[in-house]
Amino acid sequence: MLTFTIRRLILAVPTLLFISLVIFLLLELAPGDPMAQVPLTVPAEVKEKMRLALGLGEPMHIRFWKWLVQFFWIEPQVLIDNIFGTSLAEGQLRVISWQTRSPVMDIVVQRIPQTLWVVGTAYVVAILIALPIGIYSAYRQYSWFDQMGTFVSMVGFSVPPFFSGVLVIVIFSVQLGWFPSIYDTTHVVDSWDSFVYQLKQMIMPVMVLALQITAQLSRFMRASMLDNLNQDYVRTARAKGLSEYVVVMVHVLRNSMIPVVTVIALGIPSIFGGAIITEQVFKVNGIGQLLIGAIQANDLPMVQTLTFIFAVLIVLFNLIADVLYGILDPRIRYD
Amino acid sequence: MTDKERFVPDEGMAPASTAVPAAGQMEELHQPPRSQWLDVWDQFKSHRGALMGGALFLLIILAVYAGPLVWDLEATQIDIRARNQGPSWAHPFGTDQLGRDMLARMMAGGATSVSVGLTAMLLALFLGSFIGVMAGFFKKLDGPLMRLTDLFLALPLLPLLLVMMLLFREPLNAAFGPEQGIFILIVISIGVTSWMPTARIVRGDVLALKEREFVMAARSIGTTNSGLITRHILPNVLSPIMVSATLGIATAIITESSLSFLGLGFPPDFPTWGRLLFDATDYLQQYPERVFWPGMAISLTVLSVNYLGDGLRDALDPRIRGR
Repeated sequence: MLTFTIRRLILAVPTLLFISLVIFLLLELAPGDPMAQVPLTVPAEVKEKMRLALGLGEPMHIRFWKWLVQFFWIEPQVLIDNIFGTSLAEGQLRVISWQTRSPVMDIVVQRIPQTLWVVGTAYVVAILIALPIGIYSAYRQYSWFDQMGTFVSMVGFSVPPFFSGVLVIVIFSVQLGWFPSIYDTTHVVDSWDSFVYQLKQMIMPVMVLALQITAQLSRFMRASMLDNLNQDYVRTARAKGLSEYVVVMVHVLRNSMIPVVTVIALGIPSIFGGAIITEQVFKVNGIGQLLIGAIQANDLPMVQTLTFIFAVLIVLFNLIADVLYGILDPRIRYD
Repeated sequence: MTDKERFVPDEGMAPASTAVPAAGQMEELHQPPRSQWLDVWDQFKSHRGALMGGALFLLIILAVYAGPLVWDLEATQIDIRARNQGPSWAHPFGTDQLGRDMLARMMAGGATSVSVGLTAMLLALFLGSFIGVMAGFFKKLDGPLMRLTDLFLALPLLPLLLVMMLLFREPLNAAFGPEQGIFILIVISIGVTSWMPTARIVRGDVLALKEREFVMAARSIGTTNSGLITRHILPNVLSPIMVSATLGIATAIITESSLSFLGLGFPPDFPTWGRLLFDATDYLQQYPERVFWPGMAISLTVLSVNYLGDGLRDALDPRIRGR
């Protein structure tokens, strides 16, 4: 198991390097000009100097190497500095956003809590709803509950978040006026009332995200339970005289959870990607919104860093899912 | 089915003719041999959701492609005096802020969205099947091609799609004109980023098929590799390919709409369902129904295609068929 993990970790390094190269080359082809926002009254030679100041004068491979050094060497040092109060990265050039002229990672750190709050809550809510639904639909296969669950999850698959989001805004905030349609990120929770307000503004984005995740997870849970329910060990457990609750919730559930847990792990990074639209609909000031803003403003270092962070998350959680699968299922042996 | 059941049918459940075994057998003898596709169709018919999904999808395709022949208002014709109207006989879905007929815009938008979905699905399917068959059939290619698939799966797709939209929009617009250029761009970027699941499934099936006796027999009589693939392998992996085709249409339509919704899809005066939805969100407070129509169209199309895929999967799986 350990050797497998180490081998996969080592294999992940060239993968990530290649992905970062692909992203870099894609952005390199960009026809957009970072100087497009500069007023026309600024003379051409000044613009040229500004371009050089952004680091655009160097050839391609040097800029790629510089970005790699900044991302993998200087940024971790900044992180260590912040934690331990040292000054390793003092005076070194970090990845700078072209929009704000401040370090990209600082902005990312500012935006992460909003995304984690909304998306994380949605994920937890979805898991809590999806697992019981999946278990019960499998246990009573083809019952009206199961048919209902199938239909609801089909709808959950099919309704895109930009429609369901707008729909709940129309219903709950325009017609009924219960919840605010815009997520207020500056809101500080310091009293009961402000906590209630925070809950209110979180309900709609969480609802939209959770519907999608629930749809997928409950189908998966159901399929996994169905695979196990007809197996011989279940008959043995029943024959031993165990109660139905123990048979289903202990024997079957624990075995069915193995693939479901890995799917949950695999879904975590895609949530960051999928939440881009939901964040846009509810104006949540999170990572996805940051990416869209950066793309529209031609802020290449920001786009590159964010896309790469997403890629790192995907590779990392793929690895975690594989390792989890090996730990949970003793039949799987990687060595 | 045991013999006992055959001789003693449930009363009222089976037609009387099957009660007499001789008659039943005679009937079986006279029946022409059933083709595989007839079996598939029989199984497919019994899945009510799939049948309804298929009918709905056909209806939607018919409405968006043949609809403009019946409803001859132009989607881009501006009639500023008739702006922001509610539903009426002249404009069943109302008009937008420039007085353009919403029904015509919905049909024009649907034609674009569905075309993007179908073309992108075909591209992804071709890429996925090609890579899957190559990886499964030729052992030497398996490692590199599967690493490539893993690599593509590790890419953050939506951000990457957005970046591609941003980068290649201008040159393609210049080369093919704004509408053709963006169509090609969207279809290629969706196709290139969604072939991986198909490739994986096809590879797995090909790996299993390659070891079967009929492939060995075909090889022993001197069938070439290309003959083997086209005559024996491809027809047998058709069912997973068909299932992923239906799912591919659904994801392609949703992806195109998301891009349009984020403002990085088709140009503003060129309607697609996602674009119409995006434009309507500005008038959410006053005219919520304008959001409803395109959103409903996208959801219904995707829902019908998903049900169709669900039914196809059951119908094409010989283990489920006949149960």
